[in-house]
Formats: sequence, C-alpha cells, structure tokens
Amino acid sequence: MSEINFDEMTSKQMLEYLVAKNMEDARQAKAKGGLVCWSSSIAPCEFCEAMGIYTVYPENHVVGIAARGGAPELLAHAERKGYSNDICGYARVNLAYMDVQKCISEEMPLPDLVLLCNNICETLLKWYENIAHTLNIPLLIVDVPYNHESEVTEENVAYVEAQFKRIIEQLEDITNRPFDYDKFEEVMKIASQNAKDWYDATALCSAVPSPLSGFDMFNYMALIVCMRGKAECGITFRKLKAELEEKAANKICGLKGAEEQHRIMWDGIACWPYLSHTYKVLKNHGVNMVGSTYPSAWALMYTPGDLNGMARAYTSMGNNLSLKGQIDLRESIIRDTKCGGVIMHMNRSCKMCDFLQHEIGEAVTSDMRVPITTFDGDQADPRNYSKAQYETRIEALVEMMNERKREGGGQ
Amino acid sequence: MLTLGIDIGSASSKAVIMGDGKELVATAVVQAGTGTSGPKRVTAEIFERSGVLPEQISATIATGYGRYGVDMADGQISEITCHAKGVHFLFPAARTILDIGGQDAKAISINENGRVLSFFMNEKCAAGTGRFLEVMARILEIPLSEMGDWDRKSEHPAVVSSTCTVFAESEVISQLSNGARREDVIRGVHNSVISRAMALLYRTHMEPAFVFTGGVAQNSGVVDSLRRELRQEVLVSPQAQLTGAIGAALLAQEKADQKGV
Repeated sequence: MSEINFDEMTSKQMLEYLVAKNMEDARQAKAKGGLVCWSSSIAPCEFCEAMGIYTVYPENHVVGIAARGGAPELLAHAERKGYSNDICGYARVNLAYMDVQKCISEEMPLPDLVLLCNNICETLLKWYENIAHTLNIPLLIVDVPYNHESEVTEENVAYVEAQFKRIIEQLEDITNRPFDYDKFEEVMKIASQNAKDWYDATALCSAVPSPLSGFDMFNYMALIVCMRGKAECGITFRKLKAELEEKAANKICGLKGAEEQHRIMWDGIACWPYLSHTYKVLKNHGVNMVGSTYPSAWALMYTPGDLNGMARAYTSMGNNLSLKGQIDLRESIIRDTKCGGVIMHMNRSCKMCDFLQHEIGEAVTSDMRVPITTFDGDQADPRNYSKAQYETRIEALVEMMNERKREGGGQ
Repeated sequence: MLTLGIDIGSASSKAVIMGDGKELVATAVVQAGTGTSGPKRVTAEIFERSGVLPEQISATIATGYGRYGVDMADGQISEITCHAKGVHFLFPAARTILDIGGQDAKAISINENGRVLSFFMNEKCAAGTGRFLEVMARILEIPLSEMGDWDRKSEHPAVVSSTCTVFAESEVISQLSNGARREDVIRGVHNSVISRAMALLYRTHMEPAFVFTGGVAQNSGVVDSLRRELRQEVLVSPQAQLTGAIGAALLAQEKADQKGV
C-alpha cells in the first residue's frame, strides 16, 4: 500500500486497485494460515474487521463471474449436484465454485467461517448453512426479523443486538483471543463514515443532468460491499464525490457520448450477464438510470460505540422494510432523482423482489403517474433474458415518456 | 399523402398503405415473419396490389419484432405504441386492448387520445400466445383457421390447466386418448389462452371498451372465451391482425406532417 499514492489516482483507478487488493490480501492471508470469512453483502463487517479476519463476498465474486460470461458452466455444475434452477443464481454459482474452485474471474480463497445477515434475503440461510456443513466450518448468523409494520420495533432491535453479542463470543472462540473492543469502535467509526461517503457521492445522481450513470454506480458498489470496514473505501467515495461535483458544475452527463433525455429508476438487482446490453439500449435512447435503491442500501449510519444503534441500522435497511416502506422508499427516490419512468428487473433469482414489484408498481403508478415497464432477466443466469424483449419494452417506455413530455407531464 | 406501416412479427408480416392518415388504401399479409422471406414479400405485395410506387410514399414506419430489419423504414416504433394508435383509429372508444400475437401477449390501457397509459406483457415464456395455439392445432390435427368453428360445437368443455405449452401438449394428448371430444378440448385450449391473458388484463385499468387485436383475435373461439370471462362486449376488427401496421402508418403520417413533407 505504501508505494501507492491515492492522490494521483482517480476514484475509478482506486476502485479497481482496492477491490483487487482486497481479494489478493485474503489469498495471501489464507496462504499464511490466516482466517478468511465469506460474508453476505450487507452483513455487519465490523466484527471480523476488528479481529483481523479477512472477509470476501460471494455475491460480489459471482457478479464478476456472471459479468464475464462465466456463470453457465458453474450453474450447470450446481444443477448436476441437484440444486434446482429455481434457486438464486448467486447461490448456485457460489456453491459450484466452492466445489471446483475455478472460474473465469478471480480466485477466491475458501472460508474458515461464514457470516450471513438475512436482512436482504432468506435464501442466504440455507446457502450458507450448506457451505458451513460441507466445509465443516463455523456459521455466524444475524437473523433479522422482517419489519411488517412501518416502525422498526425495539424488540427486533434488541433481538439483533443480542445476536451481535453472541457473534463476539463466537469470534473469541474461533480466534482464541479476547474480542478487540478498541479496534471494534475504530472500525464502527470507519464503517459509519464510509456509509455516509457512499450515500453522499451516489446522491449526486439527483443533479440534472446526472454526472453519474447508475451503471457506473453498479461498479462502484463493489467497494462498499467489499471494503466497508476499511478507510480507503471512504477516501475513494470522497474522491468520487469531488469528481462528480465538478462534472455537475460543468453539466457533464454520466452517459458516455450521449445526452440525457430521460431519467429513470431501476428497480432490482442488475442483470449482470447482460450489463452492457441493458446499458447500451438505454444509452441509445438517451436514458440515464439515476434512481436506484442501492445508495440507501449501504447507508448504515449509527453512532460508533453504540451496539444498539448498529443493530437498528442493520434492521432498518431498505430490503427489510414493510411493503409500505418499500413503496415510500421508491417514491422518494423517484422524486429526489427526478425520474420520469421506472424499469423493473423481474429477476428470476430473487422471488422476494419479484413478488413485491407488482404491488410496488401499482402503487407508484397510481400515486405518481410514472410509466413503468418490466423485463425478465436474472442477476447471474443468462438463460432467463431475451435481448429483443428488453429492447421492445424499453422503446415502449421511452415512447410513453416522450408523449408525457410533449403533453407537459412527467420529469 | 400516402404513408406505409410495416409490422414484422414473429409469425407473420403485415403492411398497410394509408391515405392522409384517414383511409386504408391497401393491405397485405404474408404468413412468414422476421428472419424469413416474409418482410420482403409483404413489401413487394403491397406495392403490387395497390399500384402505388415506393416513391409515392411520404414516410414509412416499421414495428414488430423484426422492425430493425426493414431497410426502407424512416423510423421504428414499438408495437405497443403502434397497437394503441391503430386501435384508437379503428375504435375511438377503446380504452383497454388485449393483443395476442405469434409469441407475445400484451394488455394495454390507453386514454381518449390513444396514448398508452400502461402496458403489461407476458413473461419470457410464449405459453398462451399464437405459437401455443399452433402447437395445439397440430396435435389436434385441425387447421388453425378452423379452431373457432370447432369451438362452437363444444358442449362439455375440457379443462386445460397447464400454462406451459409443453405440459399442455401432454395434457391435451392425454385427454384425447381418454376419449374427450376434439371440440371440447379445443374450447379448453381457448379458455386456457384467455385465463393466461386475464392475468395481464387485470393489471390494467380494465376500462371499457375492450378491443382484442393480433393474429389470435381472428380465432372466434378465443374471442368468445374473452367475452365470457369479461362478461361484456369485446370489439374485434376484421383488420385485427393489421392493427400494428395501421398504427405504424398513422405514426408515419405524423412524422411526415412534422417534417412538413
């Protein structure tokens, strides 16, 4: 790290360098007998970070595989082992990777423990349980109850806080060392600051034209997933924010080589195997994806040292909200980022997202009169997507947005 | 002024020449869609049939799955917008459209100006579309064009519950081998198409008047099934299959007007 001068790097260079370094550090640690943890993407990274355990993220790893076109052989391997193709594509690819430890993307070292938090997904429970069982390693779970009502209850927060305390005990047993509370508080401070820096940078999508395309935001997401407990993460996002502010001041649009004619919100996970196609079709119509639930997903802010506040932050994140909370979140994103339309990715891998989308779509249409289109796809399995279908639906959406503009409505 | 609308679908190619955005001058349909000789043949046929020369056309808009393969088009517009426009021309009172083509189905809500308010399309699966009926016609050994006549003879409709074409095929074969009458199975097949389409329709505003378009609307059995399900009148134009092409020709007229041709 000492030879690297961040001052001379752009945020994009830092992103690429740091994400690669994080994986390399884990590989080296593993080779030297250090501990490696596999973690779900919005689980509390603070605990392992405080104990010097290297953490890598299967979801992020699968994204790299899927975006490079390397998912089919791993999906086939998982299906040969008996995993149904109805199961999440991330889970299938990762479980296959655990078996073969070979892929088109980076090599990810096998874990010595796994940590999951089901605030984003229930499949994680069985997926990670299978890993722990197969590799005979400890399974650390943060079970976050779903917030059925608009308020996050004290009982739920207390339940999650108690599990945090249990994780501390588990880590003491695994490492055979007392928990490092001083380091923990320092990491809490860093993670909380990083969350704020991520949110502040991505919130600049509200500028017109937006200096950041949501598809670039998808790339930056790798850093908030993988390095939320490290200071370099925040340095990168502060740099990104400064770059975006400069672009916004000069009215430079985040769509490369195209003018921003329409602004839309993207609902759901990216269709990684067709990231380029989904982006280019939008760009060709001058559509900038400026709204997304991702900026708020990692905005996990709390007072450092406050374990209860930290439990509340992980319990209250967007995916874990009631239907009304999900609708309110989308409507505020559409308002804040000034979107004239919505694209919903009907993601075969994520039944939870899909089931909510129908209700959310109806509410958003009726409350805001914003046109919506949906398309079938998958976050990892390329078999569930049709280019022609996507193109037709995007064109129809653009035509509707054009009509609304002509009639003086929308955006 | 003459404008041309071309709709290249997955199963057929359609072309329409309109005069001043008001009258149908000529129409042509070729039962071969994108990726075949259909697009070329339908353009040749419409000029031959109408006696109009290509240079007399002020603007051409292409729509449908194969819209980007039409070289002579001045622009492409999605089939959703074209169907809305075409239906509004044929039935100004229309507010809800069900369109079932060769491999997709869509439900569209439009306003009093023919503008799309919302639309919902089938998933990647083509069950319940024209392709589904083609498969069923083949195993029933009945020409597709006669399915409606057979449907009318049904007295004890069978239930075809599978929504997947492959499973429905097995289900139909099994019913036939158990002695079910063909007309009853055909009614069951038609009802199954509509039951799938209703899932799309229920997501629209469900405001009358209802219009049924696309190649499948030529099958009276499916139309009757929709009427029974909605319990109200469903408008079907004799030009049901041409609706998208009509809309494209109307949009070509708007384009020509804007350019001041």
